[in-house]
Amino acid sequence: MKLLALFLLSCSAVFAQIPFERIVNADKEPGNWLTYSRDLQGHRFSPLAEINTENVSRLKVKWAFQFPDPSNEASPIVIDGILYITGPNAAAALDGRSGRPLWTWRRPLPSDYHSIGFGHVNRGPAVLDDELFVTSLDGYLVALDLKSGAERWSSQVLDYKVGYSMTMAPLAIDGKIVVGVSGGEAGIRGFIDSYEAKSGKRAWRFWTIPAPGEPGHETWSGDAWKTGGGATWVTGAYDPELKLVYWGVGNPGPDWNGDARPGDNLYTCSMVALEAGTGKLRWYFQFSPHDTHDWDATHVPMLFDAEIGGAKRRLLAVANRNAFYYVLDRATGKFVAGKPYAKQTWATGLDPNGRPIPARDAEPSKEGTLIWPNLNGATVWFSPSYDPQTGLVYVATREIGARYFKRDTPYQPGTFFPGGGEDELPPDDAWGAIKALKAESGDLRWEFKLHSPPWAGVLSTAGGLVFSGSNEGNFYALNARTGRPLWDFQTGGAIGANPVSFNIDGHQFIGIAADRVLYVFGL
Amino acid sequence: MCASVAAIAYVILCALAVRSAPFPQSPSSQSTLLQSPASKPPDLTAAKLLFESHCALCHGIDGGGGRGPSLHRPKLARAADDEALKSLIENGIPPEMPEAWFLSKEEIAGLAAYVRGLGNVPPETLPGDPARGRAIYERSGCSACHILDGEGSGYGPELTDVGARRSSAGLRETLQNPSKTIPENFLLLAITTGSGQTVRGIRLNEDTFSIQLRDQQGRFYSFRKSELRDVKKLRGESPMPAYGSALSSAELDDLISFLASQRGKR
Repeated sequence: MKLLALFLLSCSAVFAQIPFERIVNADKEPGNWLTYSRDLQGHRFSPLAEINTENVSRLKVKWAFQFPDPSNEASPIVIDGILYITGPNAAAALDGRSGRPLWTWRRPLPSDYHSIGFGHVNRGPAVLDDELFVTSLDGYLVALDLKSGAERWSSQVLDYKVGYSMTMAPLAIDGKIVVGVSGGEAGIRGFIDSYEAKSGKRAWRFWTIPAPGEPGHETWSGDAWKTGGGATWVTGAYDPELKLVYWGVGNPGPDWNGDARPGDNLYTCSMVALEAGTGKLRWYFQFSPHDTHDWDATHVPMLFDAEIGGAKRRLLAVANRNAFYYVLDRATGKFVAGKPYAKQTWATGLDPNGRPIPARDAEPSKEGTLIWPNLNGATVWFSPSYDPQTGLVYVATREIGARYFKRDTPYQPGTFFPGGGEDELPPDDAWGAIKALKAESGDLRWEFKLHSPPWAGVLSTAGGLVFSGSNEGNFYALNARTGRPLWDFQTGGAIGANPVSFNIDGHQFIGIAADRVLYVFGL
Repeated sequence: MCASVAAIAYVILCALAVRSAPFPQSPSSQSTLLQSPASKPPDLTAAKLLFESHCALCHGIDGGGGRGPSLHRPKLARAADDEALKSLIENGIPPEMPEAWFLSKEEIAGLAAYVRGLGNVPPETLPGDPARGRAIYERSGCSACHILDGEGSGYGPELTDVGARRSSAGLRETLQNPSKTIPENFLLLAITTGSGQTVRGIRLNEDTFSIQLRDQQGRFYSFRKSELRDVKKLRGESPMPAYGSALSSAELDDLISFLASQRGKR
């Protein structure tokens, strides 16, 4: 009997504590996936190599889990054999061997809740110590007991009735949980919040649209700042040495009509670096000043070090929605390099400081102005990947243009505040690609063409592989050095999520959400 | 922001089962929504502004589609009649399409009339004779490629509601010069297999790794792209012959009159 008990214990997953040090040292436990991008540097790279270029053609479905809701975008957290996933106002712990739920949690959505400009989705949880952190569409940050899914605390972050929402995975840093907000099409005033992990008490708030008297407010006119947008709906990155949180800020409002908001409209379409302890702005870099194309800078930034001009530099790279790839000094925010990585017709280039030089006739108009990329950009929220083995950044790239229109839109709280719209080019005039860029310069190394502009993120692995998905349901693996396709599987559902990799019982698995199903693959 | 737009597009696009019209029409003042004597006519100018403010983000500025489906079609997959369309606009399609809770009943009625008008060509008074046009349709072999009221072969687009989708000018253009008016999502392919076999047909589906088509005899083909020598997308080419010189001017009028009278099953 004792032997049986011992055997059962060894076969069962163990609920573990996740102190911040484990997340900082994520590379020491490559079989786990402890934060949104696996590491705090936003790499979405797995050091696991059991699945590699030689054997990936034998990859098979090991199990599948049916989500209760469609169109899932969640990136699971994986701890010692257990997967933690989320959906809209929902979360679950899944047994990594079977996919069977160990616990589930659901928060009712108020009947008067409205998503404005996006679907009912959630992109994943965060973990710290013995708690799982989840954002809800109706504006709460919720801490769940890792073992049972029971609610420990919930803190109201925002008021959904005026257009705010939350769809993102929180970022757990040392003792704090950082979150951002959605609502960039609803005339919100965006912010980034930090909460004490133990109590749920708000530690600090950084408003992305400066109020009167604050630096940057001079880039707004009149009351436009009050409805200026600047949503923060994609998880950022963290440098534990510099103790800086890096976070992308979304478009100004109204999106396509900038007449009422002359000026650069700081800090919309920017990367901001915030001091982790206080939320104080250390630096910002604005990619698209006075944006009129809905080109949020809400991307996962990739932090890496590289030698440039003979000197080792601490860098931050972003493949931006505006079709330019940027490399910044992550200590100072200074521009290091930048160039287009996809077709764009709105700028003639970047000046020496990285500021775009606008092309003529690139503004939305009453009659419509044809511009590349379209409003969803050359890439969107889904993650890129930085591979330290190849020194390449892999970006799921969208090659699509649109006619942009400008219209008048009066502001009405809790409703669309777009100021125009677009007509996309027909499907056969658009395509997609996985592009491999040299990390410190953005030089193209290879590209793998996709049938349509993608909505899925990228995972790279030490097995020399790049994984991603397509709108048509293909989940596939490419050779990380050449882009050659090595394996693909038809999931039957559009893929609009980020892949992850982890170990179960010492063997490597790959996970991806495809519409209603979470698939887990192994050899 | 447009966070989860993929989700919106995927769900809506997957729900579509109705062919779209290649000739987008301006909102029609003949919409059935306008024929109710009990209510005053909807303000279509105001409705257009509402559409551009609240609907164009997904459906395109003129309703031609984008992340959401095109509305240039006489039958909307999710709104069988005008009341259903008004209800859909008011309540949305959770979770992919938001509800318009903030609009008044009159504004919703106007918006519904505007949307209905996007996909419905108003009936026209035409010179030809529909009965003679039917005879021309039958003797010209149109049913070898088209289904009309359940009769014929489905290689080309179904014509059961073509009169509601296409104006007489559009029908004339198609009959005289089919390659100028290729319907949305109708693509002719010429494929060369690894062994050198050539297959021509209409694309049924395609992804990054595979492609499916149907040839004129109705045979289905499915290929892995990596096994093909060549895939030619014959954009701007139509398998339909031009009838401009094969028919007299009067015959053309008759045939157009017949096709324009095909406004779908009641």
